[in-house]
This record gives sequence, structure tokens and C-alpha cells, in this order.
Amino acid sequence: MAGAWRWLREHAVQIVGVLVVLYMLIPIAVIFGFSFNDPTGRFNYTWVGFTTEHWSNAFGIPELNEALVTSLKLAILATVISTVIGTLMALALVRYNFFGRRAANFLIVIPMATPEIVMGSALLSFFLLIESFNLGFQTLLIAHVMFCISFVVVVVRSRLIGFDRNLEEAAKDLGASPFETFRLVTLPLIMPGIFGAAMLAFALSIDDFVISNFNSGTTVTFPLYIFGAAQRGIPVEVNVIAMILFFFTCATMGFATWQQRRAEKMTSVRPEQEAGAGMPAGAAAAT
Amino acid sequence: MRRRVAPYFLLGPGAAWLLLFFVVPLYFLAELSLNSGVFGSYEFSWHWANYSDALQLYDTQFVRSFLYAGLATLFALLLAYPLAYTIAFKAGRWRNVLLFAVVAPFFTTYLIRTVAWKTILSDQSPVVKVLDFLGFAPEGHVLATGGAVIAGLTYNFLPFMVLPIYASLERIDERLIEAGKDLYASASQTFFRVTLPLSAPGVVAGTLLTFIPASGDYVNAQFLGSANNQMIGNVIQSLYLKQSDYPAAAALSFVLMAAILILVLVYIRFAGSEALMGEEAV
Repeated sequence: MAGAWRWLREHAVQIVGVLVVLYMLIPIAVIFGFSFNDPTGRFNYTWVGFTTEHWSNAFGIPELNEALVTSLKLAILATVISTVIGTLMALALVRYNFFGRRAANFLIVIPMATPEIVMGSALLSFFLLIESFNLGFQTLLIAHVMFCISFVVVVVRSRLIGFDRNLEEAAKDLGASPFETFRLVTLPLIMPGIFGAAMLAFALSIDDFVISNFNSGTTVTFPLYIFGAAQRGIPVEVNVIAMILFFFTCATMGFATWQQRRAEKMTSVRPEQEAGAGMPAGAAAAT
Repeated sequence: MRRRVAPYFLLGPGAAWLLLFFVVPLYFLAELSLNSGVFGSYEFSWHWANYSDALQLYDTQFVRSFLYAGLATLFALLLAYPLAYTIAFKAGRWRNVLLFAVVAPFFTTYLIRTVAWKTILSDQSPVVKVLDFLGFAPEGHVLATGGAVIAGLTYNFLPFMVLPIYASLERIDERLIEAGKDLYASASQTFFRVTLPLSAPGVVAGTLLTFIPASGDYVNAQFLGSANNQMIGNVIQSLYLKQSDYPAAAALSFVLMAAILILVLVYIRFAGSEALMGEEAV
């Protein structure tokens, strides 16, 4: 008994830590579990019975499919645009010392410290007063690129800071032009960072609710569909699609981590250099 | 010469996007908040009364937002620190698995996660039965109370607290902690005198990253609260999107931003400016 008590005291931190992890995973388990529910009414809040019907009918609700396709299109476009211009910004900030650098840094940090509702309502005010934008897919795209840029810059910049510039010097010494150096040396080396940034942008875009809620007009994205459906009862298929997205993201994340490790092994020119911790790219970004 | 213009070319598109669609809209938000008139014929008129009217009408929701967000941030900190500590120092080869578990909630849609809490906290759920037994759920009810909203906020923003704290703990030179032990400090003395101060930047960054989005949130109050738990976000959303009372909504939105900015500046002043740099340096 005394031994058990001592073990508990010595491992108190770990026990709390594991409990917190379980707390974080409970809702995911609930979403998964309730995707097999067979609710009697319109509301999927209480457990009734087991069925796989909704998994076989995952894409059987036209409005839901439409919303999902809109979300995917929006997320892909927003990811491509924000990743490209964000990467360019990160290159400017890390590689050059120029007038206005502090201001540029400030411009990138501020959107991340602004509540979404302020960004959403400010953009809506802008679109309402300017009157040259129709609320819909284009305004959603503008908004999504806007809030993704900062995160892309932060992720790519952290990758660029740890960059060994001697590798570029070597390429130049071997007769590569600046463009060749960038394409053949710099870009492959920062690719894991760019890929991580793109994944983060995609995740932010496809999950965004607040800013989209303000600037969507009559266009419906996946989160907006859920919000609209909440009043009359969210169909179980939403849980199914949420889980499909979850598994898909997990797989991509696993693939990205594996790629990153491989890239680090391949490029560790100096054996004594410690490879960066194999932290998932998205995790590194949020800090 | 080429080196001098190159950074501006690289910076150009992104900076333009942020200026045009983040900074300029803030100006329009301010302009709209000083409009007067009725829907359909709003006119700019330096109508400062929008601010005093909005604050008088919705002061309870304002206070409630900061109270809920503050409590959620406190609870998130209490939950996140042991977890971040475990991942940084005790997890060993489980580290990546635990880190993955921390970001996993992000892979399911925010709204669905919140709806899942509606199931977890419904009156029939075993969780509520246990809370009732422990005396935390008066009359066997949790849903549609302030507690449910705070629980939802705590849950939804917890990863934002865990990750920065983990990042700052992971960066600590373990020799410093060993030095504390060598100098005969007890485990708790080492923790409070060495580990905790060194992780302060992470704590500051985490608190800001949790508090700021939580205070503007309206999803949790909408799904988990009742009419008595409305936060300022719910008011702004409803004024903009349901009642089309744009000037009042814009005024509230502007006040929210200003209030958060002031709170953050005061907080940083207390916590030290290196904390802010810590957030920036990554």
C-alpha cells in the first residue's frame, strides 16, 4: 500500500499528463462512436443503436457534398496562394536586412494576435462599404489567404533560420547560377518547411468558421453547413465525413514527418549536426 | 542595387495582401462604427454615441466574455503545464505520440468538436452523472450553463497553451536543472526557481494564444450555453448577420479589439518584454 502511494507521488505529473491527453481525445472518440449511431429523431446527441448505414451513405446528402467540395476548392486555392507569397515573405525577412523589416514583422504578427471575429467583421465592413465585391467564394478566398499568410511565414522562417548557407556557397563555387542554386539547393532544403506550412494553411482554411461566417454571402462551406444544420439537427453523415477528414489528415501528417526525417538524413552533410526533433510540422508552427 | 530591391519584390505580394485585406478593413470598421441612420441608408457622421450606446447595452456580455475567457485560460494553463512537462521531460520515446495527440483535435472540425461536447455534457451522459455525484452539477445539469461554455473554451484552445509551453520547456538546458539539484535544492525548489522561470516565455505566449481567441469566440456560447451565457462575440455576430445593425456591431468589434490590445500590453508589461520576443523569435 505504501509502495503504491509512493509510486503515485513519484509519477503524479505523468498521471496528470496522460489524463489531460485522454481529455483531449475524448471528443474525437465521441465523434467516431456517434458516426455509428442510429438516432431516432433528428438530433444525434444520445446513443440509440449501432449501424454502419451512415458510413455507406457518407456522400448521400447533396447539400453536404456541395459544401464539402466548396471547402476543398477553397482550401486548396488558399493554400497554394498563401504558401507561395508567404514563402517569398519569409525569404525576404530572413535573407535580407532592409528598411521596414521591423514593420513587416509587425504586420505579420498582428493578424495572429487579433480575434477572428474582429478580422471577420472588419473584412465584412470593408466589403460592404467598397461595394465592388460580391460576397461569396471570392471574398472567402481573399479572407482565407489573408489569415493563412502569417502562419506560412512563421513556419517557413523557422526552417530558413536553421539553414546552413555554406551549402549555397558551395553550389556557387561549383558554378551554379543564383537561380540554379535556389532551385537545386535552397528549395529542396526548405521544402519540408514549405510542405508543413502548406499543410497548416490547408487545415486552417478547411476548419475556419468565424471569418467565413461573416464573409460567405450565400456560399456554404463544410463548417458553415454544420452551423446551419445545427438548428434542425446535424445528420450523422457529418460525423462520418469529419472522421474521413481526420484519418486523411493523420495519414498526410505521418507521410510528412517521414519525408522530413528522410530529407534530414539525406542532407545531414555534417554528421555531428543534430537533426531537428521529429516534431510534426504543424506542432512546430503553433509555437 | 539588385540586392537592395530584391527584398521588396519578395515581400511585395504578401505585404500588399495583408495591407489591403487586414489593415485597410480595420479603417473601414472604424468608419462604419461612426455611421448613423437606419439600415439601407447608413451615413458617416462621427456618431460617437454608437460607442456609448453599445457599451451601455452590452456591458454584461463584455464582462462575461473576459471572465469566461480568463477562467478558460487559467484552467487551460493548469491542464497544459503538467502535460507539456510530461512530454518534454518524461515521455521518452512516447514524445511524438503525445505531441500528435495534442494536435489531433485540430484534425476534426472545430464545430463538430464543440457539438461532441454537447453529447458529453448532456443530462443522460455518465460524465454529468459523476459530476452530479461529486456536487459539481447542481440539479444534474451542466449543459446551458456558464460552466459548460468555459469547459468548451478550455478544451478548444488547450493545444494553443500546450505547444508554446512545451517548446520553451524543451529548450531548457537540462544541466541547469541538474545544477539546481547539485546545489541541494529540493525537487519543488528546483521547479519553482529554475524550471518555471525558464518556461515563462512559453506560459506568456500560451496565455495570449488562448485568451485572445477565447474572448472573441461565439461558437461555444452558442452550442453549449443558454441565452444567459451570451458572450460579446454572439452579440457582434447577431448584430451583423441577423439584425444588420452594422454601426453598433462595428463599434462593439472595435472596442473588443482595443480592450484586448490594452489587456495584452498590460500583461506583457507585467510578464516582461522578453516574453514577447520569445514568441517572436521562433
